[in-house]
This record gives sequence, structure tokens and C-alpha cells, in this order.
Amino acid sequence: MSVSIFQVAGPVMIGPSSSHTAGAARLARIAAKLPGEFDFVSFGLHGSFAKTGKGHGTDKALLAGVLGIREDDEAIVDAYEIADRLGIGYEFHEEELQSIHENSVRISFYKNDKLLCKVDGSSLGGGAVMISRIDGYEVELSGNLPTIFIRQKDTRGVISHITTVLAEGGINIATMKVSRKNRSEEATCVIEVDDVVEEDVLRKIESNPNIYSVKFIML
Amino acid sequence: MYHSCRQLREMAEARNVPIHEIVIENEMKNSNIGREEVLELMKGRYAIMRASAERALEQPLPTEGGLITGIASNQYRYARSGDTLCGSFLNTVMARALSGSEVNASMGKICAMPTAGSCGIVPAVLISVGEEFSKTEEEVVNALITASGVGAVVMENATVAGSEGGCQAECGVAAAMAAAGAVELKGGTPAMSMEAFSLALINIMGLVCDPVAGLVQIPCAQRNASQAVNALISADMALGGAKFPIPTDEVIGAMYKVGKLLPVQLRETAMGGIAAEETGKKIEKEIFDLSK
Repeated sequence: MSVSIFQVAGPVMIGPSSSHTAGAARLARIAAKLPGEFDFVSFGLHGSFAKTGKGHGTDKALLAGVLGIREDDEAIVDAYEIADRLGIGYEFHEEELQSIHENSVRISFYKNDKLLCKVDGSSLGGGAVMISRIDGYEVELSGNLPTIFIRQKDTRGVISHITTVLAEGGINIATMKVSRKNRSEEATCVIEVDDVVEEDVLRKIESNPNIYSVKFIML
Repeated sequence: MYHSCRQLREMAEARNVPIHEIVIENEMKNSNIGREEVLELMKGRYAIMRASAERALEQPLPTEGGLITGIASNQYRYARSGDTLCGSFLNTVMARALSGSEVNASMGKICAMPTAGSCGIVPAVLISVGEEFSKTEEEVVNALITASGVGAVVMENATVAGSEGGCQAECGVAAAMAAAGAVELKGGTPAMSMEAFSLALINIMGLVCDPVAGLVQIPCAQRNASQAVNALISADMALGGAKFPIPTDEVIGAMYKVGKLLPVQLRETAMGGIAAEETGKKIEKEIFDLSK
């Protein structure tokens, strides 16, 4: 029997819906690891998130998630008040996203009116989530494993630099996805690993001039 | 290893141990953790279930549209009135199941069992049986493990999602899990637990998922109450020696196939059942126009 009894008796969560509430909070919490410091968030609600989200507290769950509140924390209910107190602005609207799951959202992070990062993600049911686009780049980011998100120049040698640094740091790669829009321009790399990646390993990856940024995401 | 209820029962019978013992050993291997850790984790989940089964008993909780606000405290007051048809035990079971549903709908903390929409059933049944027969916390946690173990068989071989299998897959499976756990808690054999599981599931087979306004409130809360009772009568039938000729694994298979035969309108879309009747649609319009 490969199904854990804690998948049956679980997850522990804030109701009412594992997909529309718990999944939404988790999705937003992962997304908020990408932009760095932000002071405004815009949520484009797609499909069922737009249609029945309000009744499931999807709005509060998303806002709570970007504030770092966990899906089993009753503070989700007070998300609006907490955001106001922290001086984080927010806005919700309906948005038609292309080729994406029914329960999806586009989260855009801003700082001083400047767009920092735009993340598309979906809640797949049972609290499981997937981030599928970051600033238009196709990715697959579930948050189930520690993840490194890299933006780099699309040129030879960059990926081998990344894997070499990780190997030297004793980090085993579980999955890896490289994505680009156009040849020789910017590309992204999502790497899921088995262990915590130390700051010095991340800085070493970043030290290559063809690497623009490195983010480590661990829930 | 087991992948079916038959295998799980046979392994327990071969060693003359309760079902939870086989399930614990499997979990230790599966999650690579020790026995104590399995028990501690389930004890933590039990504490959350206890809290959600009690929280709405005395005080109504705010819910979107207020569709089930006060449903648990109302039933609990009646349960204690001394003037009921089914007595205070069954009425308290229903009140506790309703409490779990009300807490969930009010954005409170719950433990899905096996889903959020059906989270009231197993806790209401096992807490109440434990209380009625003066069982220890350890014994109730063991019964929860048995319930989760048979639930895992359904998750592996069929579904517990209302969007895939209708309400029978959520509240029905929860009732079947609770029945199996209740039998063990009352001192029944592994075979009796499996009979109870089958009986509970056939009692609800084919039930559609038709949430009004798409919200996890009505008829979900009421079905948490009625399925908690289904679990208890199914457990009592099994403890009384009732035999059901269709094996448990075939009942699970049938439930899955019936779910697949359900049209999409009857699988959590709010496009059929009571959700699509005049009043259901009116409630939906009121709630979503107001919150715009």
C-alpha cells in the first residue's frame, strides 16, 4: 500500500475546500518566494477561482499565502487586516488565462509601481499545486521538494556551470527543467533537489556572469 | 504488502492482530518512520478532529451566506433535550458531524478525512463510540488508523473526490471508514470491520454531489450527519453477525464504476441535483451577487 494514512487523514487545513482554500494559500505562498520584497499584489482569477472562489475564501487564502501564512493557520481569515497592517496593497480581478487548469490564478508582484514578477499557478486538488509560468516562461514548480529557480542567458556552458556547482556542493538533482522564449536570450531553469541548498552554493551559481538571478524556494 | 481490503483482512487474521497493526507496520515502511512517530502523528490529527467536532456545538459560526450557521448547536441542544426519537447518543453523533462541517465552512481548522467536505463523519463516530464505551485515547487513535488504512485502499484503487465519484466517494467512503473503525473500537473482528465497510458503502451507493452555490455547506453538512449514522448502523449490523455476499473490494470497485457513470452535472459542479433547482439557483445568485 503506497498511499500514506496521512494522505487519508489529512491534510490539516483551513476550510472549506482543499483546492479552493488550502491549495490557493499554498500556491500563493510558493509564488511569493520569487519576487523579493514587494508592496502590492494583483490577483487575476481564472476559471473556477473566478466563478466560485469568493464563496470558498479563495481571495483570503491567496492574500494570506503571499503574506507567508500557512494553509493550516487560522490567520487566513484575517488576511485583509494583516495585509493592511503590513502596508501591502492588493487587488483582485477576473482574468482569462490560456491553456491552464480550471482552478488557476495569475499573481503579479509590484514594488513602487514597478512589476517585479508575474506567476501563473493552479490548484490541482487535495491541496496539491503547480506553478506553470513565471514571467511567461513555462515551468513546473510544485513546491514538494526544495527548489532552485534560476534566470540565465541562453548560452552554452551555463547549465553545466549550474550542475557542476551543485555536484561540488553535494546536492543531488531530483528534476530539472530549462525553458526559453527565444534563442540566445533569457532563459529559466527550475531544479528540484533532495536537500537544503546552502547560501554559499547559491552565490557560487550566481557568480557566473551569464546567470542573472538565483532563488531558493523551500516551504 | 496489501493492495486490497481482502489482503489487509487476511494479513490481520493470519497473525491474529487488529487491522491497525498491519496498517501501522505498512506506514512505518512506507514513510520510513518509527512506530512512535506514526502514533504521534495520528494523535496530532485526532486532536484537531476533536476540536472541530466540539467547536460549533455551543456557538454558531459565521459561514458564507450563512447557509449552515448554527446547524450544529441547534442539533446539540436538541440532543440534550431528553425528548428525541433516536436518543441523545445518535443525536450527539449528528451534532458532532455537523460541527465539523460548520467549522470547515467557517474557514476554521479541520483535518480532511478523507476530504474536507466529509471531515465531520469519522471524528463524530469514533469520538462518540470511544466516549460511550469508555475507550482510551490510544484505542480511539488505533481505530482512526484502521479507518485511514481502509480509506487508503479506496484512494489507491478508486477515488475519494466528489468531482470524480460524487458524494458516495466522499461522504460514502468516510462513512465506510468510520464503520470499520467503530467495529474495531467496539471489539469486533477484522472480518466484521470489512463487512461494516461494505454495508456503509452500499447504503449510499450512487449518491450525487450537488452542492448549492458550489459551496461546501448544503447538502454536505446534512450528509455528514446522516452518514455518521449510516456508519453506526452498518457497524451494528456487522457486529450483530450480518454477512454481505459481495466482497468489500468489489463494493469499492462498484462505487468507482458508478461514480464514472455519473454525468458531470452530478459531480460537484452545482449544475444538477438540488443545486440546480429554483431555490438552489436563487441562493447561488444571492451569495455571488452580494459578494461582487
